[in-house]
Amino acid sequence: MTGTLLVGLYVFVLAMFVGFEIITKVPPKLHTPLMSGSNAISGISIVGALLVVGAGESPLMRWIGLAALIMATINVVGGFLVTDRMLQMFKSKDAG
Amino acid sequence: MALPTVIALAYLLSAALFILGIKRLSHPDTAPGGNRLAAIGMLLAVAATLLDRQILGFTWIIIGIAAGGLIGLVMAKTVKMTEMPQMVAVFNGFGGAASGLVAVAELLRVSGVGEPISVDAGVSIMAGTLIGAVTFSGSMVAYGKLQGIVSGDAVQNPLLRIVAILLALGSLGAAVYLVGVDIDLTVYWALVGAALVLGVLFVIAIGGGDMPVVVALLNSYSGLAASAAGFVLGNNGLIISGALVGASGLILTSIMCRAMNRSLANVLFSAFGSATGSAAGGDDGDRVATSIEAADTAMILGYASQVVFVPGYGLAVAQAQHKIRELADLLTARGVGVRYCVHPVAGRMPGHMNVLLAEANVPYEQLCEPDDVNPNMEDIDVAVVVGANDVVNPLARDDPSSPIAGMPIIECDRAKTSIVIKRSLSAGYAGIDNPLFYRPNNRMYFGDAAEALAAIAEEVKQL
Repeated sequence: MTGTLLVGLYVFVLAMFVGFEIITKVPPKLHTPLMSGSNAISGISIVGALLVVGAGESPLMRWIGLAALIMATINVVGGFLVTDRMLQMFKSKDAG
Repeated sequence: MALPTVIALAYLLSAALFILGIKRLSHPDTAPGGNRLAAIGMLLAVAATLLDRQILGFTWIIIGIAAGGLIGLVMAKTVKMTEMPQMVAVFNGFGGAASGLVAVAELLRVSGVGEPISVDAGVSIMAGTLIGAVTFSGSMVAYGKLQGIVSGDAVQNPLLRIVAILLALGSLGAAVYLVGVDIDLTVYWALVGAALVLGVLFVIAIGGGDMPVVVALLNSYSGLAASAAGFVLGNNGLIISGALVGASGLILTSIMCRAMNRSLANVLFSAFGSATGSAAGGDDGDRVATSIEAADTAMILGYASQVVFVPGYGLAVAQAQHKIRELADLLTARGVGVRYCVHPVAGRMPGHMNVLLAEANVPYEQLCEPDDVNPNMEDIDVAVVVGANDVVNPLARDDPSSPIAGMPIIECDRAKTSIVIKRSLSAGYAGIDNPLFYRPNNRMYFGDAAEALAAIAEEVKQL
């Protein structure tokens, strides 16, 4: 096992613990926005898609990258926007 | 500072923003800001990536982002709140597919160069491919079930189970071969195909009422797929973000399972709820369910002091969230204390009912959980059950042999009066009879939830 993989595993395990800590504090009422919001975060693979498309090593790779990029962007943009839409509904009552 | 260092630090910052963002989701006042913080983190990660020297041209990137952004925008703006579970399922699937495709592209790149693949890289690529493919096809089936395109029944068949096991073993074997022996693209594509079929088999075996668990689990998978893509690219930012989502989905999955008193294995493999109706005879003549009409219901509600509404999936199906709030407003105006008690597994995804009620402008403070209401249930004058069944079934508490034994319920049978708004006396998702309907202090209001609530509201106005 190389150093890179090992560091990656360290990061992964520690991040899981951080995730458990912060997410258990989210009340059940907000679980749907939590899901759609965290879902948008899982669209982080947009980073990988950008690299594949941008490098454009072959036409096949470009198409694969483009498909990944479109889906990841839908996930990110749609996910954050719909989460915002839901959260505005939860918030509006406090004001009026 | 060298450019790669700047990019790496930007990823670190974006991961920190994700963590802060999720942390702020714990209260409705701070949550919108938290979501925006996470979005800024994402923007930062994208901007940093565009600085990468690997990127030679921007034409296709612009096309991809424009197309995906537009589709995402339209979907987010037009989706109905009742259809939120489907939409989250689709987004899960797309996220999983994107991560999987990143792994596919990396494998093609490595195999194109013709170098032997390192074990580390190989394992990461195989994990990314498998998780991504299962997440994608599983999410698409979940979408189909939630949308009603695919039957919501649990499809269980011993043959399918054997096929699933063979496919799982086959794809693991293929992965080992690819990493350990030779990168054969035919074997790799077979692995991709097997993983896709596996995702389908995994979700079709699960019934509609168990969808909250499936959606949560797929959410977790989409995170793990992103983490795997991070391992493929050696990018810690992706690993952190994916792990956060993976943890989030796992927690929600375990909360859903606990709320049903069932293990994850039981949810995934037991075909719960597929044998509908068999136990729901209701034929014993000494049990009589007393029905009630709008005028009497209005009378009971209008002169109560504490009312609790218990919404279930039927409320979503009838799109009755606005009607229930209008009725609640009339009651509140009369000085009746109104709350809504939401069971964790009500609806088709975690928190589904709360979102619907929030959409109908129900104040956040009036939303409560079973543990808030159950201890003082005797003080509740009327518990109104709208489109829920199993989550208020006293058998879960009283009958250890019941399939839902031990499932935490909202104990409406202990309220002074309970009123169940329902189309018929038929059994719920679990396929078992509900003794609540026959209790002396219970009244059945037969009809569509939206029409019933509107009729009751009209009568309350007349009081």
